[in-house]
Amino acid sequence: MNKFQEIALKEMFSPNARETEISSQPAIPRRINLHQIPWIRPLLQSHWPQFLIRSLTLAGFAFTIFAGLFGSRVGSHNFAIIFVWIAWWTALKLAFIPLGGRSWCSVCPIPLPGEWLQQGGILEKSRRRFGLNLRWPKRLRGSWLQSGGFLVIGLFSAVTLTDARLTAWVLMALFGLAIILSLVFERRAFCSYVCPIGGFTGIYAKTAPVEVRVIDTAICAAHSEKTCYHNCPWGLYPVALRDSAQCGLCMECLRSCPSDNIAVNLRPFGTDLAAGNKGMRQSSRLDETFLALVMLGSALAFAAVLTGPWGSLKSAAFAIGSPAWLLYGFGLLVLNLVILPGAFALAVWSGQRWSGGKVQLRRAIANQAQILLPLGLFAWIAFTVSFAFPKMNYVFSVIFDPLGWGWNLFGTANSTWSPDVSAFSPGLQVALLLVGLFWSVSVAQRLALTNTGRTLRQILPLLAFCLAFSLAMLWLLVG
Amino acid sequence: MSELLKSLSPVWRWGIIALSTLLILFLPIPGNAAEPVERSFQIEASQFAYSPAILSVNPGDRVTIELLATDVVHGLSIDGYDLETTSDPGQTAHLTFVADHQGSFRFRCTVTCGNLHPFMIGKLQVGQNELLWRGALLAGLALFAAIWGARK
Repeated sequence: MNKFQEIALKEMFSPNARETEISSQPAIPRRINLHQIPWIRPLLQSHWPQFLIRSLTLAGFAFTIFAGLFGSRVGSHNFAIIFVWIAWWTALKLAFIPLGGRSWCSVCPIPLPGEWLQQGGILEKSRRRFGLNLRWPKRLRGSWLQSGGFLVIGLFSAVTLTDARLTAWVLMALFGLAIILSLVFERRAFCSYVCPIGGFTGIYAKTAPVEVRVIDTAICAAHSEKTCYHNCPWGLYPVALRDSAQCGLCMECLRSCPSDNIAVNLRPFGTDLAAGNKGMRQSSRLDETFLALVMLGSALAFAAVLTGPWGSLKSAAFAIGSPAWLLYGFGLLVLNLVILPGAFALAVWSGQRWSGGKVQLRRAIANQAQILLPLGLFAWIAFTVSFAFPKMNYVFSVIFDPLGWGWNLFGTANSTWSPDVSAFSPGLQVALLLVGLFWSVSVAQRLALTNTGRTLRQILPLLAFCLAFSLAMLWLLVG
Repeated sequence: MSELLKSLSPVWRWGIIALSTLLILFLPIPGNAAEPVERSFQIEASQFAYSPAILSVNPGDRVTIELLATDVVHGLSIDGYDLETTSDPGQTAHLTFVADHQGSFRFRCTVTCGNLHPFMIGKLQVGQNELLWRGALLAGLALFAAIWGARK
């Protein structure tokens, strides 16, 4: 056991950590352990189902890069653009994240080769492993890099989302970076600290109805080998999991636990939010607050650029390097780095002042970020309804002419069928935004009750923030 | 008044919230009862924008759109209206219809015209955008409901 592992285990078994977990157990709402269901159990226990899915996603990933590099330059006729930015991006926001949290991470092909090199084998670890196995630098921990990556995506979105060659190069860059980081640093450094999509899925995984948790903490305390921790590619110790933001649902802990003490639970939506927060012992970090705010800012920017009627804004976002693009980039950065963080900090500060709260402002800001998660998730879902659904016909056409070379396999390449969502999509978008707002306000109220007991005064400025964001999204999407 | 609100049981509270929701959804909003007129718009389409991109008409107006593509072939279809036209560069295409659906509708380019083609979008505003106003009111109600409805 190296020094880091010793420190990590000490931290995990510190009185505070254990107290939090153990004391929070009686309050745990109802859950269904999927691992106990006979037909699901072998699927989770075996490496093979996951390996097969990951092999398919890896093959799809390689083909996407090929299509991006050698297929048609017309984005709407290229598999790379349509499958990455319409099909996969939509599936991620409408299904993987809201229903499965970080479930995409469990089948993502990007870290696969790096992981194989790290463990010296494909399914099992071998003695001959590659890599320096260094610790990730302390200064770079958290989700700061992921937030930065998401901002970069926003800066170049109009081109990346429409240029197949660039999409292929971005995918290759991510792939290469994941391999390099796996060879230099221990475990899944790329997924945990760098991947912007990992940040996106991780933060909203807190709202999802899936979790991996320990069943009985006493069994873990008595288990000296800690096989779950040693086998976790993410470097997590299941006993110390306080929310689902970091867990990639790879199931390695479940497979390596000798006591069958790991559960894969179906749980109520949003269980991680404002749960077990007495005394603010739950993880609350400024980097997560910043990530949550960047997600809000990006949702606003994407909705304005991609679904709004402002041609000059689209042209500015597309003309990289031009004065108009610099102005667009400046506006995007000001929105994400100044306006939203400033308004949110002001709302938290006002609430603290008003309610006489004595919590340090930095900590209060970090803690209150949970309020932003349902708001952001539903804003992204509402945006996706208008962004992706009218373009579904492209998915059918590129399946049978993936490279845009004029193939017409099965006679469907010229398919113009697309779900006509125009009749109900505006109403659906309003409903989705309202659900997000209602949920966020409920979280705010629960947080305030647990923290100070004075609800309305503390949360009123935060409610104003949430309402302003919802109205802005409403105007952008259906205005 | 505030004491009365506090003393109501959850069933009453949620009942009032549900009733308010129905009122916001279905109560008629007084609108502009202008007589329908003929309206004509000349829209220039170029990569990847319409100019003008926002058209405002009253419900019942007979609308004619003259679409002129200035660079490559562009099209125009309007969400919620079963209409479509295509314009070759330098050629004007015409589209005439009665604006009988009220609200805000996106119109989109229907011919692949370049990288940003899927996002070449304009907006047709027919009368008041009731959905937006009702949505804003419902947002206020959602906020109130989350606080008041959940109170013990």
